Order: sequence, then structure tokens, then C-alpha cells
Amino acid sequence: MTQCKTSKEIGGMGHSLKRKEDARFIQGKGHYVDDIKLPGMLYMDIVRSPYAYAKIKSINIEEAMKVPGVITVVTGKDLEKYKLHWMPTLMSDTQMVLPTDTVMYQAQEVCAVIATSKYAARDGREAVKVEYEPMKPVMDPFKSLDPAAPVLRTDKPGKKDNHIWHWQAGDKEKTAQVFANADVVIKQQMHIPRIHVVSIETCGCVADYDKVNHHLTMYMTTQAPHAIRTVIALVAGHVGLSEERIRVVSPDIGGGFGGKVPVYPGYVIAIAVSFLVGKPVKWIEDRSENLQADSFARDYHITAELAGTKEGKILATRFKVLADHGYTDAAANPSKFPLGLFSICTGSYDYNAAFVEADAVYTNKPPGGVAYRCSFRVTEAVQAIERLTDMFAKKIGKDPAELRMQNFIKKEDFPWHSPTGWIYDSGNYQAGLQKAMDVVGYAALRKEQAEKQARGELMGIGISTFTEIVGAGPSKDFDILGIKMFDSAEIRVHPTGKAIARFGTKSQGQGHETTYAQIIAEELGIPAENIQVEEGDTDTAPYGLGTYASRSTPTAGAAAAVASRKLRDKARKIAAYLLEVSENDLEWETGKFFVKGAPEKSKTIQEIVFAAYTNHPQGMEAGFEATHYYDPPNLTFPSGAYICVVDIDKETGAIHIRRFVAIDDCGNIINPMIVQGQVHGGLTQAVAPAMYEELIYDGEGNILNGTLMDYLVPTAVESPKWETGHTCTPSPHHPIGAKGVGESPTVGGPPAIANAIIDALSPFGITHIDIPITPYKVWKALKEHGAYDK
Amino acid sequence: MLKKITVTVNETPHHLEVEPRLLLVHMIRELLNLTGTHIGCDTTSCGACTILLNGKSVKSCTILAVQANGKSITTIEGLAPEGGPLTPLQEGFKENHGLHCGFCTPGMILRATELLARNNNPTEEEIRWGISGNLCRCTGYNNIVKAILYASAKMRGEALPSTEPEFV
Repeated sequence: MTQCKTSKEIGGMGHSLKRKEDARFIQGKGHYVDDIKLPGMLYMDIVRSPYAYAKIKSINIEEAMKVPGVITVVTGKDLEKYKLHWMPTLMSDTQMVLPTDTVMYQAQEVCAVIATSKYAARDGREAVKVEYEPMKPVMDPFKSLDPAAPVLRTDKPGKKDNHIWHWQAGDKEKTAQVFANADVVIKQQMHIPRIHVVSIETCGCVADYDKVNHHLTMYMTTQAPHAIRTVIALVAGHVGLSEERIRVVSPDIGGGFGGKVPVYPGYVIAIAVSFLVGKPVKWIEDRSENLQADSFARDYHITAELAGTKEGKILATRFKVLADHGYTDAAANPSKFPLGLFSICTGSYDYNAAFVEADAVYTNKPPGGVAYRCSFRVTEAVQAIERLTDMFAKKIGKDPAELRMQNFIKKEDFPWHSPTGWIYDSGNYQAGLQKAMDVVGYAALRKEQAEKQARGELMGIGISTFTEIVGAGPSKDFDILGIKMFDSAEIRVHPTGKAIARFGTKSQGQGHETTYAQIIAEELGIPAENIQVEEGDTDTAPYGLGTYASRSTPTAGAAAAVASRKLRDKARKIAAYLLEVSENDLEWETGKFFVKGAPEKSKTIQEIVFAAYTNHPQGMEAGFEATHYYDPPNLTFPSGAYICVVDIDKETGAIHIRRFVAIDDCGNIINPMIVQGQVHGGLTQAVAPAMYEELIYDGEGNILNGTLMDYLVPTAVESPKWETGHTCTPSPHHPIGAKGVGESPTVGGPPAIANAIIDALSPFGITHIDIPITPYKVWKALKEHGAYDK
Repeated sequence: MLKKITVTVNETPHHLEVEPRLLLVHMIRELLNLTGTHIGCDTTSCGACTILLNGKSVKSCTILAVQANGKSITTIEGLAPEGGPLTPLQEGFKENHGLHCGFCTPGMILRATELLARNNNPTEEEIRWGISGNLCRCTGYNNIVKAILYASAKMRGEALPSTEPEFV
């Protein structure tokens, strides 16, 4: 059990405090964007392209304008008059808001109908007639790089191909040399397919422009309200939207997972319409629109290679990635890292030669890609290294747990410099894997497996021992559109000793209202119950880059601790004044300062705060407030050891996850209940891509599973019963030793499942199947490998 | 052509004139301003809009307001009086961390309300199948199942299971 320094009443770190935010959600009092209703509000619906690639010959709005309640139909040509028909992406690429002549992917926004009711807007949408001239889309990212492929981005002057960028890390020559001389080389082509976050709340907004005061309030589903405010000012500054007159409000958010980081055309159209008509405009997308048009995740084609000795020592790895970004690079990565943090792909293992190179390409698919509950592109990296590690173990006939133990970076070797340039802060990988093996009963399971295999039954055990990289990030390397990736906290303690704290991040279910209060409670001794946490309103909260990539605790959580410590410094001064002693004679114990050697002489934090308003020392600023903008010195490197046990029905290929043990190490834990909850959720979002989810397109660019009828989000039936636990290796550079956890399971989970399935199938010589691994793929692989031949 | 209907929502009768095509979920959210009932999809897949219609859980996105004429509806707002006491399920969800973002929660709770009304001692397997028409993207369902088991114990007047996380 986690050790707590504070009492349950204070509720500092380590307490499984029940969540403060739950009261409203369980009583129907949450406040999501679609719950907002403003006087005179108009409704927007969007006409979308049925084609993946087509010229727009005409848009006929005549019938639509006859629909009762329809006010106007906005096209790209209308926006062009205000130069609002294009916008930048977060990766400094460009994206149409509405097209003037060509559509580039199926479900792309073509025009928007504005009406006095939701139903009238939909009727208007149905009445708009668009004439298209379809063209042959480019759907295969490999073929897109063919010199003969048509150039898709003809809007970019001088663009002669579909290549977006090249990026690399590591030492190419050194790695090549190690590969040339290695005993064993493993090489595997893998596809980490295109998937979708499917937060249960879709995206939407209410744009409310006040023509009299030239002020925009933008209520929207965003994980990064402050950054969005700046983006709006940059995109629409030329029409008079000045940043001091823009307020972005992110109300309760019904799940984000990365999908609510980008700026989608719908938001911009709503702002433009509100700006023009001076009325609030609501846009809430349907699930199908969300699934078909909003940012996808993943879609990396990876050639992964590993070089090792026949004794099982990993010597080098090499990765070549082809990233299919669709119509535009609308990813949400830090500017200097177009491949995200994929270069964490050397994993938890001790070797010093690696090379990663990647190319990104345009196709006629929807733009992206965001993370899916994962730090920037780390899931793709972990899938590659953990699959390779298992393949290596299999190839040389060594147990995969033993091989991992042999190759782990040792706990005394931290900080550890990775061959791709990262400095891992801390870790104890051996302890994590040992604990997972003990909990699952590894040796007994291997014995059972051998017996089952002898009887022809299929049972597999899969391991994943991953290192995450989160908490972006240090300002020397990390920015989005030039804005450094710090984050912030502002704490105001009221005269009666109760506080409000505001942050630059934005919870979408992570429980910030509870955990941030616990951090402040830990540092100041004010009960967490008396600390109100507020996020998401750019008029009141300090600037920050938002919540994604498991960055909130590493950045804003750190800011909360540092701001609290600033307040404690002030409290010491006030206490010295009140007790008439020198500051050096005081000692801090949670919630009070006392005189060394005379503990009966003390002042509680509440007494001190009251004095800050009623009896502060002359010459000192009154009040009890502090703000901190935290620039992390390094990223944090959470890790985990996951073991999955599967049973497979040989005849049908049906896969049953019998056990799944997850041991996470996220450093010091703020609230074990919430951390465990995050692990549960992340694991279900691991089984999802491992076994069920993939956005599938045909050659004409049609999505084949663009609704929740056929895009398989796991239900309670598909979701296994998770067995969770932890080890604790604090981050040495983080003020409270925490590392972040929300995404570790999504990152580490899929390869554990894939490795277990392949382990079960390995007696037939099957070495790899791309995720999602479905019963059909299993059956097909078994058939191809002669499992049904008699 | 508007149709006159009378529906009792959370024990209050409402006389409304609605378009025949108006979905029940829009009646609840837009006409009655009860925004605790959510919309998460357009294919009756997610269950965020689940309410009780004459005590039976239904997805209110796939039923017309006129079909509710003369019937009684319970939404999340009607389960417990404002300020409490909470129902065993509401309490169970809070005590067992059965929610993260809260968007699926009202639908989950109403679905589980019917489930426990029919069987106040379900197995874990019965609960998982019972809520399989309701999607949650945040929690991984384990704590939702735990919350429902907690509520069922409370309804039977038995000792409550531990709400401590099994996080070894």
C-alpha cells in the first residue's frame, strides 16, 4: 500500500480519495458543450463529400434555402472572401476549412447549413445538391510515393510529389555495422492500423460572437483551450478577432484521448458564421461524422529489425516508418518531432546502436493523426520493439521473460542515455517484470502450456515490458506552433483558509479536480476537500498547453507543487512574524509551522493565511496567492510489465483472454484509486486495437466501417477482468516524484496481447500477425500453416 | 403538423406539442432541458441516451417522442432528489470509481437500475452482458461492474464489498 504523509482528513498524496467531480456526473448535472443553449442560438449541420477525391462542379443551395428555418448555406467561396477557407494544422501544414473546388477525402466538409433548429439544419443539409466529378483516389501510402502517382496537394505551389517529411534519429552507420556482424537478425514488416479514439462525446462547439463588443466566446470540446485561443487569433486575427477579445471555454469533456486536440473545420466554420451573423452558432457532430472525418490515430507501416547474439543479447535495432497522414499532416505532435516520440522504440533494453527513419505521405484519407490515449506515437514504437523482442526470443529458443531480464537497463544505470538521444530518468524494470511473473504465476503457466500443447490445445503467454515517454516537455525541445510546452498552476487561498486553484490543463475524465487538490493538500496541509480546482476557461485560468500525452501530472501537477511551495515560503515569513521568532527557528509539519524545540508554539496554515489578509507584516504584500509556470527539466519515463494469457479455439480462431496482469511504475502515486482506474481504462483501449478496431477503406476511398454498428468498440463483455498492481520508482527530477500514467496501458497492452496470441500459435510456425488480431486472421494463419491438414 | 402528447417525466406531467418525427432524446434534452441524458452515437450503439420508459430501460435516440405519449419516463435527474440521498447505484458508482468523464454514466446507471430491479443478485457475468448495450470508453468497465455489485449488495441489505482499489 502507498505510504501517506498526511491524514485522511487532509487527503494528500497516496489517499484513494473519492472523486470530487463525481457528484454532478452521477446526478445528471455534468455540463457538456451540447448542454449549452444561448438565446437566439442557431444550429449548424455540415454537407459532406461522398467521394474520396473529386472536383466540385457546383453547389446548388436553392432548395435548401426554401426549407423553413434555414438561414443560410456557407460554402468555401463564401469563406474565401474573408480568407477563412484555409487554416494551418498543428504541424504547420495547411487544411481546407471548406473547399472551393476539390474534395480530398470522403466525409470532408463541403458546405454548412445554418438554421434556427437542429432539425431544420438537417433538412437543409439533405436539400443541398452538390455535383461532383470524381477522380481516382490514392489510397495506398506506398503507391502514393511512386513517381507516377498523381500529385495530390496541387494547392502547394511547386509540389511535385506526395512526400510530406523525412525524419531520423540514431546512428545509421554504427547500426549498419552492428547488423552486418550480428549472429541473429530479425526483420518484420508490420502495420499499426488506422484507428479512432471514439470518445463517447463527439466534438462540437457553440461559437458566440458579440458584434457590439467585438468579443468571441467559444465553448468547445477541446483538450487545450489556451492553445486554441491563440490559434483562433492567428487564423482569424486579420478579420478582427484579437486574442484579448477571445474567450475559449472547455466545459465538461466526455472523453478526449487525443481526438479533441486538433482544430476541426466545423469549429472554424461556426466561428465564421457567428462572426458574420452576430448570433451564437452550435455545431455538434454525429458519431458517424466523428468517426469518418475527425483525426484518426496510428497508421504507421513499420519495417522493424533487431540484431542480437545467439545467446540472447540485443545489440541493435533499426526501424523504417511510412506514416500515412491522409490529406494533410494534421497530427498533434510537438513541432520538432513530426514522428512524435517514436524514437523511444529502443525500449527498456540496454544496447547502444539504433537507427530510426521515417517518411510521411499524403493520401486521399481523412487527415490526422492524433494519438489514441498515448503519448505522441509511443504505442507504435512499443508495438514494434516488443514484438521484435518476442520474435528474437523465439528464434534463439529462449524464454521471453528470461531474455528480457537479460537485456534490461539495470536500475543503477539511470539516468540512462538511449541510442536515439533520450535520457531516461529512472526505472527498475527487473522488479516490475518479477512482480508481474509472481502475480500471474509464470512458471506454473508455462508448465500448463507445455501440457496443453502436447494435447494440441492452443494456449499462449505474452509479455510486454515497456518504457513510456511522457510529460512533454522541456522548452528547449518542445513546442506546438512555437508555444513552449510548459504548464501552469495558480493557487489563491481565501482568508478563511479555503482555496481555488486553476490550471492550464483540462481534464476529460482523468480526475484533475481531485488529484490536483491532493497535491496542494500534501504541500500546504489544507484539506483537499477545501480546494476547488478549475480548468478550461481561458479568461480565468493561467496559460497552459492542455491535457494530452500524459502530461498533466508531469507538468501542471509539478506547477501545483512548486506554486504551493512558494506559498509555504510566504507562510514561513508570516508565521515567524506572528510567533516573533526568526524564520530559521521554524519547522514545517503538514499544515503548520512550529518553533524548533517548542512544538506548542505553532501557527496553522489557516491561521497564517488569515493573517495574510488581516495582520500581515508591514512591507510584505498582502494576500496568499501564487502562480507557477513549470518548464520540466526532462521528460518522465513511466514503465510497466504486462503479462497476458490467452486460450485460442483452434477450430474457430476465437481468442479468450484468460488473465491479464499489469504492473505499472508511474513513480509516486497521488491517488491509487484514480491511477488504477486509468490503468483499467487504458487496458481496454489496448485490447481494442489489439483485437477489434481498425478503420477500413476500399480502393475507391470509401470507409467500410464508418459507424459504431461496425467499428467495434469493446463492451463490458469483450473487456477482460484486469489484474493491476504497481512498483514505484520516483522520477528524480519531478517535484513530487510522479511520472504520469493515463496512457501507459494503451501503449504497453497491445504487444502483450499480440505476443500471447502468437505464442499460442507458434507451434505451427506462425511468427507474426498484424493487429487487430481477429479470429478470422488466426484461423487463416493456422490454415496457411497446415494446422488443419490431416 | 404538431401532435399533442402527455408524458410524465420524473413524476411531473408535461403537455407538449411535438413534431411526429421528434426523437424522444431531443424532447428530453431540448424541450424539457434535462441534459443529463446524453447522445453518443447515431446508430443506437452506445446507450448514452438510456432512460426508463414505464420502468424499462430504452435508448431514447431510437424512439419517437409521440411513442412516449401517456407513458412515464425516468431520467438521471429523477433518480434521487437534488441533494440526495443517492440511489444505491449512484452511490456505488462514486464509491467504486465507476466513472471517469461521466458522459456514459447516466445511461449506465439507468440501464443498471432496470437490471437490478429485475434481479437484485446478479453475477458478474450477468452484469457484463446486461450492460453490453452501453459503451464506456474511459473506465474499462471493471469498476462499473464493481459499482453494480456494490449497489446490489446494498439493495439486499448485505455487507458492502470493499471499495478499496485492488492495486497491489
